Amino acid sequence: MAETGKSMSIIVTKGTLDWAYPPLILASTAVAMDLNVTLFFTFYGLTLLKKKLDLKVTTLGNEAMEMPMMGMHMAMPNLLAAMPGAPGLTTMMMKDLIKKKGVASIEELRDACQEAGVRMIACQMTMDLFEYQPSDLIDGIEYAGAATYIETATQCDINLFI
Amino acid sequence: MSTVLDVKGLNCPLPILRTKKAIKDIAVGSVLEVIATDPGSVKDMEAFCKQTGNVLLETKDAGGTYTFKIERKA
Repeated sequence: MAETGKSMSIIVTKGTLDWAYPPLILASTAVAMDLNVTLFFTFYGLTLLKKKLDLKVTTLGNEAMEMPMMGMHMAMPNLLAAMPGAPGLTTMMMKDLIKKKGVASIEELRDACQEAGVRMIACQMTMDLFEYQPSDLIDGIEYAGAATYIETATQCDINLFI
Repeated sequence: MSTVLDVKGLNCPLPILRTKKAIKDIAVGSVLEVIATDPGSVKDMEAFCKQTGNVLLETKDAGGTYTFKIERKA
Protein backbone atom coordinates (compact mmCIF):
# COMPACT_ATOMS: atom_id res chain seq x y z
CA MET A 1 0.00 0.00 0.00
CA ALA A 2 0.85 3.69 -0.04
CA GLU A 3 2.67 3.25 -3.32
CA THR A 4 1.20 6.57 -4.37
CA GLY A 5 2.32 8.31 -1.19
CA LYS A 6 -1.13 9.87 -1.00
CA SER A 7 -3.41 9.65 1.97
CA MET A 8 -6.94 10.40 3.09
CA SER A 9 -8.75 10.71 6.38
CA ILE A 10 -12.45 10.85 7.08
CA ILE A 11 -14.25 11.77 10.27
CA VAL A 12 -17.28 9.46 10.32
CA THR A 13 -20.07 10.94 12.40
CA LYS A 14 -23.24 9.29 11.19
CA GLY A 15 -24.57 5.81 11.75
CA THR A 16 -27.68 5.38 9.62
CA LEU A 17 -27.80 2.99 6.69
CA ASP A 18 -27.74 5.77 4.09
CA TRP A 19 -24.99 7.80 5.76
CA ALA A 20 -22.84 4.74 6.28
CA TYR A 21 -22.24 4.54 2.56
CA PRO A 22 -20.26 7.69 1.66
CA PRO A 23 -17.35 7.16 4.09
CA LEU A 24 -17.08 3.41 3.46
CA ILE A 25 -17.33 3.74 -0.32
CA LEU A 26 -14.69 6.46 -0.36
CA ALA A 27 -12.41 4.61 2.06
CA SER A 28 -12.59 1.26 0.25
CA THR A 29 -12.06 2.94 -3.11
CA ALA A 30 -9.18 5.11 -1.91
CA VAL A 31 -7.36 2.15 -0.40
CA ALA A 32 -7.92 0.25 -3.67
CA MET A 33 -6.24 3.21 -5.37
CA ASP A 34 -3.20 2.79 -3.12
CA LEU A 35 -3.91 5.62 -0.71
CA ASN A 36 -3.27 5.33 2.99
CA VAL A 37 -6.67 5.72 4.61
CA THR A 38 -7.68 6.57 8.16
CA LEU A 39 -11.27 6.57 9.40
CA PHE A 40 -12.07 8.25 12.70
CA PHE A 41 -15.44 7.08 14.02
CA THR A 42 -17.07 9.44 16.46
CA PHE A 43 -20.55 9.90 17.91
CA TYR A 44 -23.14 8.00 15.86
CA GLY A 45 -20.46 6.91 13.42
CA LEU A 46 -19.25 4.55 16.12
CA THR A 47 -22.31 2.40 15.38
CA LEU A 48 -20.65 1.36 12.12
CA LEU A 49 -17.97 -0.47 14.08
CA LYS A 50 -20.37 -2.70 16.00
CA LYS A 51 -19.84 -6.42 15.52
CA LYS A 52 -23.37 -6.92 14.34
CA LEU A 53 -24.69 -4.13 12.20
CA ASP A 54 -28.38 -3.32 12.31
CA LEU A 55 -28.47 -0.03 10.43
CA LYS A 56 -31.70 1.80 9.77
CA VAL A 57 -32.82 4.60 7.55
CA THR A 58 -35.77 6.92 8.00
CA THR A 59 -37.36 9.58 5.86
CA LEU A 60 -38.23 11.46 9.06
CA GLY A 61 -36.66 14.90 8.89
CA ASN A 62 -35.27 14.10 5.47
CA GLU A 63 -37.64 15.96 3.16
CA ALA A 64 -35.51 15.40 0.08
CA MET A 65 -35.61 11.63 0.36
CA GLU A 66 -37.63 9.97 -2.36
CA MET A 67 -37.85 6.30 -3.21
CA PRO A 68 -38.47 5.00 -6.71
CA MET A 69 -41.84 3.31 -6.74
CA MET A 70 -43.94 2.10 -9.65
CA GLY A 71 -42.06 4.30 -12.09
CA MET A 72 -42.38 7.38 -9.89
CA HIS A 73 -40.56 8.87 -6.94
CA MET A 74 -42.42 8.88 -3.66
CA ALA A 75 -41.59 10.98 -0.64
CA MET A 76 -43.07 10.35 2.79
CA PRO A 77 -44.48 13.27 4.81
CA ASN A 78 -42.88 13.64 8.25
CA LEU A 79 -46.16 12.88 9.99
CA LEU A 80 -46.30 9.46 8.32
CA ALA A 81 -42.57 8.86 8.67
CA ALA A 82 -42.95 9.24 12.43
CA MET A 83 -45.56 6.45 12.62
CA PRO A 84 -44.52 3.16 14.21
CA GLY A 85 -43.26 0.81 11.55
CA ALA A 86 -42.44 3.52 9.02
CA PRO A 87 -38.66 3.50 9.55
CA GLY A 88 -38.68 -0.29 9.41
CA LEU A 89 -40.57 -0.20 6.15
CA THR A 90 -38.25 2.44 4.68
CA THR A 91 -35.22 0.42 5.75
CA MET A 92 -36.66 -2.71 4.14
CA MET A 93 -37.31 -0.86 0.89
CA MET A 94 -33.83 0.63 0.87
CA LYS A 95 -32.17 -2.74 1.52
CA ASP A 96 -34.25 -4.24 -1.25
CA LEU A 97 -33.12 -1.51 -3.66
CA ILE A 98 -29.50 -1.95 -2.59
CA LYS A 99 -29.66 -5.63 -3.44
CA LYS A 100 -31.50 -5.11 -6.71
CA LYS A 101 -29.09 -2.46 -7.96
CA GLY A 102 -25.94 -4.45 -7.18
CA VAL A 103 -24.84 -1.99 -4.50
CA ALA A 104 -22.50 -3.40 -1.88
CA SER A 105 -23.77 -4.01 1.64
CA ILE A 106 -22.20 -2.00 4.45
CA GLU A 107 -20.72 -5.21 5.87
CA GLU A 108 -19.07 -5.93 2.53
CA LEU A 109 -17.56 -2.45 2.30
CA ARG A 110 -16.36 -2.55 5.89
CA ASP A 111 -14.74 -5.94 5.30
CA ALA A 112 -13.08 -4.61 2.16
CA CYS A 113 -11.69 -1.70 4.16
CA GLN A 114 -10.35 -3.94 6.89
CA GLU A 115 -8.84 -6.44 4.48
CA ALA A 116 -7.06 -3.69 2.57
CA GLY A 117 -5.65 -2.17 5.74
CA VAL A 118 -7.74 0.94 6.28
CA ARG A 119 -6.81 2.29 9.69
CA MET A 120 -9.91 2.56 11.84
CA ILE A 121 -9.99 4.61 15.00
CA ALA A 122 -12.87 4.55 17.45
CA CYS A 123 -13.31 7.75 19.43
CA GLN A 124 -12.55 6.86 23.05
CA MET A 125 -14.66 9.71 24.38
CA THR A 126 -17.73 8.49 22.49
CA MET A 127 -17.05 4.96 23.80
CA ASP A 128 -17.26 6.33 27.33
CA LEU A 129 -20.16 8.67 26.60
CA PHE A 130 -22.42 6.03 25.11
CA GLU A 131 -21.06 3.22 27.30
CA TYR A 132 -19.68 0.98 24.59
CA GLN A 133 -17.15 -1.73 25.37
CA PRO A 134 -14.38 -2.78 22.97
CA SER A 135 -16.08 -6.19 23.02
CA ASP A 136 -19.10 -4.55 21.31
CA LEU A 137 -16.96 -3.53 18.36
CA ILE A 138 -15.05 -5.40 15.67
CA ASP A 139 -11.42 -6.37 16.19
CA GLY A 140 -8.49 -4.67 14.57
CA ILE A 141 -9.39 -1.10 15.44
CA GLU A 142 -7.62 1.53 17.52
CA TYR A 143 -9.00 3.62 20.34
CA ALA A 144 -7.90 7.21 20.49
CA GLY A 145 -9.00 10.82 20.59
CA ALA A 146 -8.97 14.15 18.81
CA ALA A 147 -5.21 14.68 19.07
CA THR A 148 -4.52 11.41 17.26
CA TYR A 149 -6.90 12.41 14.49
CA ILE A 150 -5.40 15.89 14.14
CA GLU A 151 -1.88 14.53 14.00
CA THR A 152 -2.97 12.11 11.25
CA ALA A 153 -4.92 14.76 9.37
CA THR A 154 -1.95 17.11 9.17
CA GLN A 155 -0.23 14.48 7.05
CA CYS A 156 -3.14 13.66 4.75
CA ASP A 157 -3.81 14.98 1.27
CA ILE A 158 -7.57 14.65 1.70
CA ASN A 159 -9.47 15.23 4.93
CA LEU A 160 -13.23 14.82 4.96
CA PHE A 161 -15.99 15.14 7.53
CA ILE A 162 -19.07 13.03 6.89
CA MET B 1 -3.73 -14.57 -22.81
CA SER B 2 -5.70 -12.45 -20.39
CA THR B 3 -7.61 -13.09 -17.20
CA VAL B 4 -11.29 -12.15 -17.31
CA LEU B 5 -13.17 -10.54 -14.43
CA ASP B 6 -16.95 -10.38 -14.66
CA VAL B 7 -18.49 -7.57 -12.59
CA LYS B 8 -21.72 -7.28 -14.53
CA GLY B 9 -24.62 -6.11 -12.37
CA LEU B 10 -22.36 -4.66 -9.68
CA ASN B 11 -22.50 -1.01 -8.78
CA CYS B 12 -19.98 1.55 -7.53
CA PRO B 13 -17.51 0.93 -5.95
CA LEU B 14 -17.59 -2.86 -6.38
CA PRO B 15 -16.24 -2.97 -9.97
CA ILE B 16 -13.17 -1.05 -8.80
CA LEU B 17 -12.72 -3.11 -5.62
CA ARG B 18 -12.97 -6.38 -7.55
CA THR B 19 -10.61 -5.07 -10.22
CA LYS B 20 -8.05 -4.15 -7.59
CA LYS B 21 -8.22 -7.65 -6.11
CA ALA B 22 -7.98 -9.35 -9.50
CA ILE B 23 -5.07 -7.25 -10.70
CA LYS B 24 -3.05 -8.22 -7.64
CA ASP B 25 -3.43 -11.85 -8.72
CA ILE B 26 -1.97 -11.45 -12.20
CA ALA B 27 1.68 -11.03 -13.10
CA VAL B 28 3.18 -7.63 -13.85
CA GLY B 29 2.86 -7.06 -17.58
CA SER B 30 -0.21 -9.29 -17.88
CA VAL B 31 -3.60 -8.03 -18.95
CA LEU B 32 -6.84 -8.15 -17.00
CA GLU B 33 -10.08 -7.96 -18.91
CA VAL B 34 -12.97 -6.52 -16.88
CA ILE B 35 -16.56 -6.77 -18.05
CA ALA B 36 -18.96 -4.35 -16.36
CA THR B 37 -22.44 -2.90 -16.76
CA ASP B 38 -22.04 0.08 -14.43
CA PRO B 39 -21.91 3.15 -16.71
CA GLY B 40 -19.94 4.99 -14.01
CA SER B 41 -17.14 2.47 -14.35
CA VAL B 42 -16.06 4.04 -17.67
CA LYS B 43 -14.73 7.16 -15.96
CA ASP B 44 -13.85 5.33 -12.76
CA MET B 45 -11.66 2.72 -14.42
CA GLU B 46 -9.75 5.52 -16.08
CA ALA B 47 -9.23 7.31 -12.76
CA PHE B 48 -8.32 4.06 -11.01
CA CYS B 49 -5.64 3.27 -13.59
CA LYS B 50 -4.29 6.80 -13.58
CA GLN B 51 -3.90 6.74 -9.81
CA THR B 52 -2.52 3.21 -9.47
CA GLY B 53 -0.16 3.37 -12.43
CA ASN B 54 -1.76 0.47 -14.29
CA VAL B 55 -2.44 1.01 -17.97
CA LEU B 56 -5.92 1.10 -19.42
CA LEU B 57 -5.23 -0.32 -22.85
CA GLU B 58 -8.76 -0.34 -24.14
CA THR B 59 -12.36 0.53 -23.27
CA LYS B 60 -15.15 -0.95 -25.34
CA ASP B 61 -18.85 -0.16 -25.06
CA ALA B 62 -21.13 -2.83 -26.49
CA GLY B 63 -24.48 -1.21 -25.77
CA GLY B 64 -24.35 -1.01 -22.00
CA THR B 65 -21.73 -3.69 -21.43
CA TYR B 66 -18.27 -2.29 -21.00
CA THR B 67 -15.05 -4.18 -21.51
CA PHE B 68 -11.82 -2.82 -20.12
CA LYS B 69 -8.34 -4.14 -20.79
CA ILE B 70 -5.91 -3.25 -18.06
CA GLU B 71 -2.22 -4.01 -18.03
CA ARG B 72 -0.69 -4.48 -14.62
CA LYS B 73 2.29 -2.20 -14.20
CA ALA B 74 3.25 -2.14 -10.57
